[in-house]
Amino acid sequence: MTEAFRDRIDIALTVNGEPVEARVPAGRHLIDFLRLDLGLTGAHASCEHGVCGACTIRVDGESVRGCLMLAAQADGADVWTVEGLSDTGAVRDLQQAFVERNALQCGFCTPGMLVAAEELLSRGTVPSRTEIREHLSGNYCRCTGYEAIVDAVEGVAIARAGKGAA
Amino acid sequence: MKASVGGYARATDLRHALDLLARSGGMGRVLAGGQSLVAAMNMRLSTGDLLVDITRIDGLRGATLNGDRLRIGALTRHAEVGRDPLIATHAPLLGQAVGHIAHAAIRNRGTIGGALAHADPAAEFPACVLALGGTIHIEGPEGAREVAAEDFFIDVFETAIEEGEILTAISLPVAAAGERQVIRETARRSGDYALAGLCLVRRPSGHRVAVFSAGPRPILAKGAAAALDEGKLDDAVAALQDELDPPSDTQASAAYRRHLAGVLLRRAVADIEGETA
Ligand SMILES: Cc1cc2nc3c(=O)[nH]c(=O)nc-3n(C[C@H](O)[C@H](O)[C@H](O)COP(=O)(O)OP(=O)(O)OC[C@H]3O[C@@H](n4cnc5c(N)ncnc54)[C@H](O)[C@@H]3O)c2cc1C
Ligand code: FES
Ligand code: FES
Repeated sequence: MTEAFRDRIDIALTVNGEPVEARVPAGRHLIDFLRLDLGLTGAHASCEHGVCGACTIRVDGESVRGCLMLAAQADGADVWTVEGLSDTGAVRDLQQAFVERNALQCGFCTPGMLVAAEELLSRGTVPSRTEIREHLSGNYCRCTGYEAIVDAVEGVAIARAGKGAA
Repeated sequence: MKASVGGYARATDLRHALDLLARSGGMGRVLAGGQSLVAAMNMRLSTGDLLVDITRIDGLRGATLNGDRLRIGALTRHAEVGRDPLIATHAPLLGQAVGHIAHAAIRNRGTIGGALAHADPAAEFPACVLALGGTIHIEGPEGAREVAAEDFFIDVFETAIEEGEILTAISLPVAAAGERQVIRETARRSGDYALAGLCLVRRPSGHRVAVFSAGPRPILAKGAAAALDEGKLDDAVAALQDELDPPSDTQASAAYRRHLAGVLLRRAVADIEGETA
């Protein structure tokens, strides 16, 4: 192997608003860096090939699969997990709606669902139920059957639009 | 499973990336959006790669208009293709295709260059670029070269890109006045790869039809296009079905895929004619 390629990479990024510096193995997934190195176990690692959505986090303002991004690629990035989004209150209304509507049971999928749903709602429009389903189609839930999740997201969209107009 | 990686290097510009590939002793692997490559590494389909991360090369991103050609940088992400006004005006087929590709979080990272280089026979962008008569721009140790989309896709996951080369951009003729472009596909679930899919372009010079997920690479159906030029839809469907030799797998049989292609062609033509299919 030539010098140019490293098997440990130095990275500096912000996670949930806090600066973080680390040296990571080249093949470390971003989701494992968050979970195992930083102890942020909210987002989950499940299928590890992009299908289930349990690892969905926010990177530079967009939802991203934490299992399909290497920690090495997150150098300079602004990363948010459900812990940070909870602490700032950014998803509080969504979390409440999930509880009220029974949109979670075991909760395994919920952190990824919240990040994906928040990305859709951040567009500031009230999406149709079809649009909500389409947007969340990459997030599996093995417990609830999705109807309640769509109810919760729709309810928050309508509530936020009402507040915005007032 | 966890990825097994031989090493990682972040390229600062195209020269640097080509240099890294040249020094990798055949183990170099371009990392773009990672939405196929990291998944493959996680499944241990690919191990020990020396990753050349090209995602910081700003010059490879975004769409530009050069006269009557639209050029799209390899690192333009699927989501960006979907919202770029230049692409919406001059190659609307690509914007329509984005809605069929994977899920939002994957579209936020996956790149058009990665999708073309990966050459999954079920992928949308390769068939679109074929239907539009696009050109693939490649840079290698010896300089730049261009390959027509018709010569670019060779087999499953195999393209004209040689070892040590990087796909830098695609360019397309801009849509002519009155040109129509449609993509139609059938998938089992939103975001899944298509069981069969079809791109139809009607331009003043004639029709172009490309089918995906019906063979080892996207297929330009010239017989079907010629029949459409003569206004014979039934003949076009028959010609299309003759031109395909789709695989049978756990998702669909060859006969079903061939049938679907005909249905999709009828729907695409109805779309273009402004009817509801
Ligand atoms: C759950 C899931 C569902 C998906 N569904 C679809 C779908 O429905 N339709 C679809 O089309 N795709 C789908 N994809 C694939 C996705 O679109 C990928 O983003 C895309 O195929 C690869 O692009 P990438 O930029 O992520 O490339 P990477 O994963 O980084 O690279 C893929 C391959 O191309 C090579 N490569 C990348 N860029 C270059 C370059 N510029 N020059 C030379 N070689 C290069 C890499 O070395 C690697 O071999 C799906 C992916 C997932 C995880
Ligand atoms: S663990 Fe990342 S999508 Fe399933
Ligand atoms: S609540 Fe259990 S997987 Fe969704």
